[in-house]
Amino acid sequence: MIEVHNLYKGFNGVEVLKGISTTFLPGKTNLIIGQSGSGKTVFLKSLIGLHIPEQGTVSFDGRINTEFSQKQKMQWRQEIGMVFQGSALFDSQTVEENVMFPLKMFTDKSQAEMLDRVNTVLTRVNLDNSNKKLPAELSGGMQKRVAIARAIVMNPKYLFCDEPNSGLDPQTAIVIDNLIQEITDEYKITTVINTHDMNSVIEIGEKIVFLNKGIKAWEGTSEDIFSTDSEAVVSFVYSSNLLKKVRQVYLNKTL
Amino acid sequence: MTYLEHVGKYFMMLRLVFKRPQKFHIFYTALMKEIEDLGLKSIGIIMFISFFIGGVIALQTALNLDSPFIPDSLIGFAAKRSIILEFAPTFCCIILAGKVGSYITSSIGAMRVTEQIDALEVMGINALNFLVLPKILAALFFYPFLIILAMVLGIFGGWLAGVASGLFSGVDYIIGIQTEFNSFLIVYAMIKTLVFSFIIATVPAYHGYYVKGGSIAVGRASTQAVVWTTILIVISNYILTQLLLT
Repeated sequence: MIEVHNLYKGFNGVEVLKGISTTFLPGKTNLIIGQSGSGKTVFLKSLIGLHIPEQGTVSFDGRINTEFSQKQKMQWRQEIGMVFQGSALFDSQTVEENVMFPLKMFTDKSQAEMLDRVNTVLTRVNLDNSNKKLPAELSGGMQKRVAIARAIVMNPKYLFCDEPNSGLDPQTAIVIDNLIQEITDEYKITTVINTHDMNSVIEIGEKIVFLNKGIKAWEGTSEDIFSTDSEAVVSFVYSSNLLKKVRQVYLNKTL
Repeated sequence: MTYLEHVGKYFMMLRLVFKRPQKFHIFYTALMKEIEDLGLKSIGIIMFISFFIGGVIALQTALNLDSPFIPDSLIGFAAKRSIILEFAPTFCCIILAGKVGSYITSSIGAMRVTEQIDALEVMGINALNFLVLPKILAALFFYPFLIILAMVLGIFGGWLAGVASGLFSGVDYIIGIQTEFNSFLIVYAMIKTLVFSFIIATVPAYHGYYVKGGSIAVGRASTQAVVWTTILIVISNYILTQLLLT
């Protein structure tokens, strides 16, 4: 379980995160939602240690990440997989080299063993026959799948995704969502996804944390989000007419 | 940010760069790639410029020493000194600061703005050590050879220019370059080259690593990196000359 306690983070005197406390459920798909500028990315980067919080703690199964020794920090890093918003694949490396990179850096496996593992995860993300392609030769959706493959190649305990659907068409976005959820269930990973995409909220969100202006404005499950009377959540999540109708249908059914 | 803060941040960066590489075979592969990118791919431009500038130095010297009281061998002597002391180490390193410096800043800067550096850090990799140390070692290892090549070609270019123009004879030029050969001048040139190589690899890396923003910020950082690298080369050239030759 990932537990966040009273997290504060600011830049140049501007407070971005203002005392966020929450927990992310183990082995589930947890979502962080909120408007642009609400502090989602800063929150996610603070969870994985890319930003050092000014106050507060983040603990991973009881271990507080800011209290790790250098060696513990290295071990903890290898328990984390991260899918960045722009995929962050290494341009000069092929798909195979990108996915193999963490294995080369942190394991003593033979080339054949590493290749076997790379092929397994690439098959898992439905990317066969792309091993020798460069990231620039792939579509946005394929790049995201390579990024997911690279994130899971070390069998992480925690998977973090920063807006995995951004820049993708709705159909590909659903494919990526489903893939992340399948991987979460299959490998029993604790997944935390930062998203704007309301389809993701309804389809895969098992625990949802809503951020508004740097504070946690609401949290609950995807079931709760239909019935919530939180004005901030309702105005953000049900901003489109289609989603308003979906909510109405849900509420009518439950009445 | 004040200049002093930049200086402090630069030295803090170096502290993280000079760590033991996490995997030696990956470091070795990266080092070989950097030798190719920073060194081998610069040979052409350095050869071309050295040859022609050597010729120009010899011709200018010949035209300015046109007196019956001055032996023609002095042309070779003066050209050799100019090339070994200043042209090859300083001028060539300033050219490399432009060519290689902008490459280092833009490649590291692009990695920063596309979150590739964040990806390395999340994996638990010391990104500065991984990206910058191979560049420093490649420059320190390869640039002395490049500068010696520049010296040889510059002196040869001077000889060819003299022979082709008829301003002085090849024999006088060769006598001139053999006159009063002082091996310490080569040592001096190599010390300068090593210091300049370190500046060429680290200052642009600093500008690239700490870039913030998008592609325009990377372009701006590349320009700043070349300017600051050149300024630091010129200043350290003055200091080293004071220390080593006076």
